[in-house]
Amino acid sequence: MMGESMALPFWLDALIALLLLSGALVALLGSIGLARMPDVYMRLHGPTKASTLGVGATLLGSMIWFGVGHEGLSAQEVLITVFLFATAPVSAHMMARAALHRRVACREGTHGEPWDEMDRLPGYAESSSSSDNQR
Amino acid sequence: MTLMPQLTHWWPRPHFSLFLLVLWLLLVNSVSPGQVLIGAVLGWLIPFSTQQFWPERPHLHNPGRLLLYMLRLLVDILRSNLTVARLILRDPDTLTPGFVRYPLSLTNEFAITMLASSISLTPGTVSAGLSPDRAYLLVHVLHLDDEDELIEQIRERYETPLREILE
Repeated sequence: MMGESMALPFWLDALIALLLLSGALVALLGSIGLARMPDVYMRLHGPTKASTLGVGATLLGSMIWFGVGHEGLSAQEVLITVFLFATAPVSAHMMARAALHRRVACREGTHGEPWDEMDRLPGYAESSSSSDNQR
Repeated sequence: MTLMPQLTHWWPRPHFSLFLLVLWLLLVNSVSPGQVLIGAVLGWLIPFSTQQFWPERPHLHNPGRLLLYMLRLLVDILRSNLTVARLILRDPDTLTPGFVRYPLSLTNEFAITMLASSISLTPGTVSAGLSPDRAYLLVHVLHLDDEDELIEQIRERYETPLREILE
């Protein structure tokens, strides 16, 4: 294993390292966002970063390493990326909808209001946030 | 509700079955007869057992443009990641989050799904719901500057190309 990576030219090693590091950095930023944001809807935005750019950069690094090393190009990284890009937005959407259904409050000062349609559901109106304007 | 509405095909989606078979072989990274058999069974079983849940088939007008669309989406993901990274490191109290009602002009189910996914994939916006009449998409924005501008951007960058490709 080590022998393979030694055989790579320096600039490729550097590129792979850069990709892995920036992937890790983006994942870290996503987690910081998850910890810092005040309400559930804002917290949803952190993980989308980590699961798109963060994982994307890491997988690209992995693909170059294995592709240029002797294992040959494998499609698995591409498949992981595709699955992630197809499923991450769905899960974010479901979490947001679940939060709306459970009438989880959003932070004060949030613009706009979630769903008129939901207001017709019993008990939804009382939870609508203290928004300042709009419709 | 009837158990099996009108059409139950034995082999509902040949292309999809083939796609699943290829996908399986790529996943296991092997073309041994056993894996081909498993892949073929899965390729038949999955479309067969899920056929009732499928939305109407989208008409793909131009696959090349779909590729172009995905490329643009990738660039947008990169760009907005940088923006959101800066937002996250800021004091959360200075952010102005908001819910935006996006008026949909797409009607095809698959196209709406693609649009909602594109919105969620680009950091800073998450699609949070679809109105029962399918006229609006509820979008949560991490930092809302200008609602009209955001709606205009989504329409121009994503919805219009999607309509041209899928409807």
